[in-house]
Amino acid sequence: MVQFTLPKNSQIRVGKTWPKPEGATNIRKFKIYRWDPETGENPRLDTYFVDLDKCGPMVLDALIKIKNEIDPTLSFRRSCREGICGSCAMVIDGGNRLACIFGIDEVAGDIAIYPLPHMPVVKDLVPDLTHFYAQHASVNPYLQTKSPTPGKEWRQSIEDRKKLDGLYECILCASCSTSCPSYWWNGDRYLGPAALLHAYRWIIDSRDEATGERLDALEDPFKLYRCHTIMNCTNTCPKGLNPAKAIAAIKHMMVERAA
Amino acid sequence: MADVNRGNRPLSPHLQVYRLPLPAITSIMTRITGHALVAGILLLVWWLVAAVSSPGAFAAADWVLRSWIGFLVMLGSTWALWFHLLSGVRHLFYDAGMGLEIEDAKRSSWGIIIGSVALTVLSLIIFFT
Repeated sequence: MVQFTLPKNSQIRVGKTWPKPEGATNIRKFKIYRWDPETGENPRLDTYFVDLDKCGPMVLDALIKIKNEIDPTLSFRRSCREGICGSCAMVIDGGNRLACIFGIDEVAGDIAIYPLPHMPVVKDLVPDLTHFYAQHASVNPYLQTKSPTPGKEWRQSIEDRKKLDGLYECILCASCSTSCPSYWWNGDRYLGPAALLHAYRWIIDSRDEATGERLDALEDPFKLYRCHTIMNCTNTCPKGLNPAKAIAAIKHMMVERAA
Repeated sequence: MADVNRGNRPLSPHLQVYRLPLPAITSIMTRITGHALVAGILLLVWWLVAAVSSPGAFAAADWVLRSWIGFLVMLGSTWALWFHLLSGVRHLFYDAGMGLEIEDAKRSSWGIIIGSVALTVLSLIIFFT
């Protein structure tokens, strides 16, 4: 349901200000969301100062530097540091980005960092994505066929393969779904842009033979039709994909097959 | 460790920290103008019903509608109507699969904002001449 304010236990308090690095001239201020599951206290916003002359160019570099040199208790997910694993998605400067490919110089002043919006927080910048992954699994994101399996691979024409471009590249970082106000208010039942993009990726796959069943499963006032084309998903996708367009295409197929 | 305090996990901030892009703002404004229009319509219905009830009732309703506050509500409703209409037309394009690139959505957002103000001014000019 729509709830504009944060629950009592989620309201953010002023946190600790950590000391500035000595002798540094090129300092940038980072305000970072912290929540420690072991104390049970409300989340807080800690302030850190990073010497940019001794730091890599990306926001993830700054986070790693903070963890290594200032505060080892800071928790965040990261792995590939090149925008392909989707682990380090978080709110940076008011938008969902991958910390590893978002440059510190892309923000003018202080840099505020929060976990992905409207999610249960496990610790600091680590959100609980269990439900998000379950929604992805619910669209059966794999090839479903009825005809006998061919001796070699399932063949596909070059044109049909092209239809998957702009869809298969999704890395499931959850930036799109957690940027969507519809997903914020109805995420329990609305599948969200990421799962729907994956659903469409299989719906238009020429080799897949469960198109009808896939559409049947989405024919639901909440799963698909809570998309109101707000476009936040496409605006934020760090891979430059267009979930809004994929969802519109599914809606279009629903109308076509009903007519 | 994964089970520590699972019950008391906070909800991460959303509207508080997320900067809504322009297409999202025009999107929520569509809904807000749609709801606000109900107030304007109620006022108009009251005026019409008063017109068929009695001269006294009509005089009262007419006075409210012609007062400066009534004028402001009607002016706001006119703008809301244009905004809602233009945005509704955009939804027709969206549903036809058009205008779904980011740059298109930004342009159509500005189109709705500027267009609704321009059409409101035009309505005012037509109303007063």
